[in-house]
Amino acid sequence: MGYRSNLEKALSERGFAVTVEIGPPKGCDPARIREKGEMLRGCADAFNVTDNQTAVVRMSSMAGCCILLGMGLEPVMQMSCRDRNRIALQSDVLGADAMGIRNILCVTGDHQCFGNHPGSKGVYDLDSVQLIKIIRDMRDKGVFQSGDEVSFGKPEFFIGAAANPFSDPCELMVDHLEKKVVAGAEFVQTQSVFNLDRFVSWMDEVCSRGLDKKVHILAGVTPLKSLKMAERMKFHVPGVDLPDDIFNRIKDSKDQMREGYEISLELIEQVKKIRGVHGLHITALFWESIIPSIVRESGIYHM
Amino acid sequence: MIITKQKELKDLLNRLNDKSVFIVGCSECATVCHTGGEKEVLAMKDVLQKKGVNIVGWVVLDPACNLNNDKRLLKKHIKELDAADKVLVLACGSGVQTVSEVLDKEVIAGIDTLFLGEIKRVNEFEKRCVTCGVCELDFFEDFCPVSRCPKSMLNGPCGGSVNGKCEVNKDMDCVWSEIFSHLKEKGRLHKLKCIVEPKDWSNSVCIDRRL
Ligand code: SF4
Ligand code: SF4
Repeated sequence: MGYRSNLEKALSERGFAVTVEIGPPKGCDPARIREKGEMLRGCADAFNVTDNQTAVVRMSSMAGCCILLGMGLEPVMQMSCRDRNRIALQSDVLGADAMGIRNILCVTGDHQCFGNHPGSKGVYDLDSVQLIKIIRDMRDKGVFQSGDEVSFGKPEFFIGAAANPFSDPCELMVDHLEKKVVAGAEFVQTQSVFNLDRFVSWMDEVCSRGLDKKVHILAGVTPLKSLKMAERMKFHVPGVDLPDDIFNRIKDSKDQMREGYEISLELIEQVKKIRGVHGLHITALFWESIIPSIVRESGIYHM
Repeated sequence: MIITKQKELKDLLNRLNDKSVFIVGCSECATVCHTGGEKEVLAMKDVLQKKGVNIVGWVVLDPACNLNNDKRLLKKHIKELDAADKVLVLACGSGVQTVSEVLDKEVIAGIDTLFLGEIKRVNEFEKRCVTCGVCELDFFEDFCPVSRCPKSMLNGPCGGSVNGKCEVNKDMDCVWSEIFSHLKEKGRLHKLKCIVEPKDWSNSVCIDRRL
């Protein structure tokens, strides 16, 4: 790979990186992305732009990434397999590279029944493992999925995957991560960590298979803004494990925002020390304004 | 078997709009599914009559998707059919189209066709196949993720499963939990390591087959 993204450099040279998620608006005003980008400038090595997350229609990830590039911020383009077949996905990989995007994160995508168009037809022509392998082959071998050659410029991407340490069975979830690594994933962002014990045992299994040496793992952190948000995360978001003790701390607190903030600082303190963790991925789900103080106070990122 | 479900009565009444109607059932899948057997055809006749629809006759075809059978069996009802403005067919989509090919009448589909499935027990059916064109069940220990996983994941679970149940439908087992338990029990977990390539859908465009 000729070009190296900041994220790749931070992970391989500094050994620790921070990424932050930016959710695009349900509309076409680029100022919404610029405001968030400005607010989060200096908080992270790279900024994930989600791809119609929770199956709700939003501004496209590629457009959001281009707006960030224009501001001198480095984006991570998320790509979901839900809405596009292999033709459209590969075409967008070429387009994203042409626009200067250098990090890509492959996800399967939340099922369309959870979003604002439950009657839509899910595509799922590929799964995330296959998408990772296809992008890797486009980059390293210069071929499309069909075997046809890529002409006029091979895409250069730092390729990422998502992982969920909290789905069961745990063993299978590590197998699944291993598959993503074999397919070609170079960094991994995990589901938000609330249940430390389960995260630690997952990481133990990851390290015992030597996967931490083959892929950079960024642990997910989500500050909880309110009881309503904690309830949503605990009961309605598939794949999230929010243990009772954290939930009760929010519930019993007089200042839920403050409590959520404290909890996220405590989690960061613990998580960054776990063997094999190479960084943090902060997703604040529409509470992005809290990220600068979290980053400052925890000291995880310095400009 | 082809699994079907009866449409809402109000939708049917809207489609039939007070015309004279001939009802057709099917002796195979729709009978086993309790959507288009003799019993359901007669029950439909009663319900529609109570709503003021004029039912001019009925028949259960054997089965509705067989063109020559349909021609032969429907001939016997030619008089009733002449008196009908519309024909209501309680058979899968394939059966509806065959009947429509035989009759020069407005044909209404009375049931929705859901999937190819297994009869688990009386009145309980589960999806098993979406006729993808290239069967690769042996990769998956004969649990089909193409049809049984709402995201058709071929390389492992999506990460949304809780307690072995699918995130999309809490009453259904996550097919990847089933594949995993089965492989573990049989000592064949190593099979999960191989990356399953994207599916070849080119056979799914095939629309006829001749022997
Ligand atoms: S692999 Fe295809 S043909 Fe085989 S059971 Fe699944 S959907 Fe049906
Ligand atoms: S929970 Fe299991 S069956 Fe349901 S979509 Fe995810 S992988 Fe597929």
